[in-house]
Amino acid sequence: MPLSPLSPSAELAADRTQPYLWTMNFGPQHPAMHTTLRLVLTLDGETVIDAVPDIGYLHSGFEKLAEHLDYNQYVAVTDRMNYVSPLANNVAWHCAVEKLLGIETPRRCQYIRVIVAELSRITDHLLALGAMGLDTGAFTHFIYAYSAREDLYDIFEAICGARLTTSYTRVGGLKLDLSPTALQMIRDFLRRFPRTLEDMARLLHQNRIFVDRTRGIGVLSKEDAINLSCSGPVARASGVTRDLRRDEPYLAYGDFDFDVCCDRRGDCFARYLVRMDEMRESVKIVQQAIENLPAGPVNLGDQARSILPQKTAVYTTIEGLITHFELVMSNRGIKVPCEEVYAATEAPNGELGFYLVGDGGPRAYRARCRPPSFIHFAAFPHLIRGHTVSDVVAVLGSLNIIAAELDR
Amino acid sequence: MAVIAELPDNVAVTKLDELVSWCRKNSLWPMPFATACCGIELMSTGASRHDIARFGAEVFRFSPRQCDLMIVAGRVVMKMMPVLQRIWQQMPEPKWCMAMGACASSGGVFDTYSVVQGIDRFVPVDMYVPGCPPRPEQLIQAIIDLQAKIQREGTLWGREFDAPSRQQPKRALQES
Amino acid sequence: MSDVSSNTMDALPAEFADLLSSEFRGQRRIVVPADRLIEVLKTLKEKLGYDLLADLTCVDYLTYRDAQHRFGLVYNLANTETNQRLIVRCFLDDPEPTVPSAVPLWAGANWLEREVWDLFGIRFAGHPDLRRVLLPEGFASHPLRKDYPLQGRGERHNLPVITRAEG
Ligand code: SF4
Repeated sequence: MPLSPLSPSAELAADRTQPYLWTMNFGPQHPAMHTTLRLVLTLDGETVIDAVPDIGYLHSGFEKLAEHLDYNQYVAVTDRMNYVSPLANNVAWHCAVEKLLGIETPRRCQYIRVIVAELSRITDHLLALGAMGLDTGAFTHFIYAYSAREDLYDIFEAICGARLTTSYTRVGGLKLDLSPTALQMIRDFLRRFPRTLEDMARLLHQNRIFVDRTRGIGVLSKEDAINLSCSGPVARASGVTRDLRRDEPYLAYGDFDFDVCCDRRGDCFARYLVRMDEMRESVKIVQQAIENLPAGPVNLGDQARSILPQKTAVYTTIEGLITHFELVMSNRGIKVPCEEVYAATEAPNGELGFYLVGDGGPRAYRARCRPPSFIHFAAFPHLIRGHTVSDVVAVLGSLNIIAAELDR
Repeated sequence: MAVIAELPDNVAVTKLDELVSWCRKNSLWPMPFATACCGIELMSTGASRHDIARFGAEVFRFSPRQCDLMIVAGRVVMKMMPVLQRIWQQMPEPKWCMAMGACASSGGVFDTYSVVQGIDRFVPVDMYVPGCPPRPEQLIQAIIDLQAKIQREGTLWGREFDAPSRQQPKRALQES
Repeated sequence: MSDVSSNTMDALPAEFADLLSSEFRGQRRIVVPADRLIEVLKTLKEKLGYDLLADLTCVDYLTYRDAQHRFGLVYNLANTETNQRLIVRCFLDDPEPTVPSAVPLWAGANWLEREVWDLFGIRFAGHPDLRRVLLPEGFASHPLRKDYPLQGRGERHNLPVITRAEG
């Protein structure tokens, strides 16, 4: 006897052997699968009884690689981790390294790191929402989001010379200071961007199709969010008021005035709203940071013994050259304590932390990355049970799974 | 008499090849096999600013049966390679394959246990796009170059694919 | 250290007084023997409010100077009310390193434990579904162990080749 479409999923899950149930493979190469995710769905008609995610289609050995590259080199690999917001990964990585070393970066560096981290939060949310709109049939929304992203790419290019693979941070500082051009570009962007956000909101907020496809879909309760270790916008949309920027202030976040965006409903629409609001808050933070940008150096002086000297010093002074070689030669390098440390930042997707084990040498003995996408994707079967196949893409879009961060 | 007997054959075949190649090159339907960061640049190429439609290659199809250009954007790991091969086999002839980015071409920065060191070890590749990631402009240039290649070598029956050099994977599976 | 938080926890309750504890850069860590692990985690979760399992991972100390054990599990707990963190360590040794699973306490431990099994080969007794998660089923090694080479043992070249003629 086929089940009625409205029967609750809990009962269905009990008898999975019924002959009318069928299995559908979704991915790993499917447009809605955000690159390389794969799901094996058990269906009754079009109701999803169970979903078994299968991942690892992009497992490239990031953590093993970290054991073979030094603390400055590995930043280039963190770009490729969550490639939608590479700067946030750069910042997270070097915050962890600096915590292990016990050094504190100059104020200006901290402010600039906040600026780039918040800008990359905007790029990440733009892509997440654009793709979520795309998956639920709103192509125009995606084009709006993407054109704002192109503006941000121009800014990143002005800041560090690359659109996507930024590698901007260094131990104890940054690759480059913010140039006046870049500052002006950021100011212009901040002036234009609220308008874009309004346009995007007008396209989707009241869009009947979008709202119907996301409201009440994939509900995650507060208890489940904590039990499943969720963080970031996914947890905040379920009422967990946890934001590491406020709760464990790192960098200069203590200096800024911003709200933690939360919602109680925990469905896809709530996650969409939280991301929208967070972009507004990010704009606020960047504005404050730009206006109050402290003067001074962006790098710790080389007396700290673990900071790469300025390139001009390397080329013109013997001390600079020696320090440079001391730090980059494979048998020298930064001396870290034989200790272990965990440092987390609030990345666009959630808590992005690194657990670092130093063994005194120039390379990490172990660098574990706590990937938010991995943990959120693990919660996916819980969210989708009892909904229809078409909801799969809406829920996936709202979780914003980035495959490279998921599989590392 | 002899001239007339030979000419039509000659003229007709050459022209048909060119005509067909011209049609093919200006309506490439890409299959975006986007796995990683390069896929984001591939999306940028398709989005508003760079607009790949200007080169007749905007019809991204996610069904391999409808595509003739596979753009492998991103690293391919050993768990993914069989999927890529199956998709390649599902594409109808004539078809071309483009390795976008350092990872797809050679493994890039990921010289690790799980990343395939260049997809050309396992599937034929017609065009390599350097960069990590290649800029959208560079991808567009690669598509223009591929179009030129199709125009230059293309034949109605796909004889250009029969050349012995095309039969072998680019690099033998020698590994230190 | 303003860069990263320093949330130190107050004194541990009396029942944990015998556990080794240390602190570095404001982070409190305790070491728990494997047979008491679940009991301690349960107390931490239910009595002391460490309700969030932020992370679970492992370190292979094979080549670490002066290491006494081969593997060290890391349970990274957080208290969502007070925002304190606590790191629980549990050391294991070859052969057949096994600990009881934390899935009954936190559903979120499910994939994290699968990942540790996949990459380090540590068994979690009582785990509902201990399969490999990142590497293909049938992969022979556990790649994050220190005796596994970065470039692997040739698995990445061991795939069929397709030529134009077959394609
Ligand atoms: S070539 Fe670079 S940008 Fe492209 S997938 Fe590889 S690491 Fe990412």
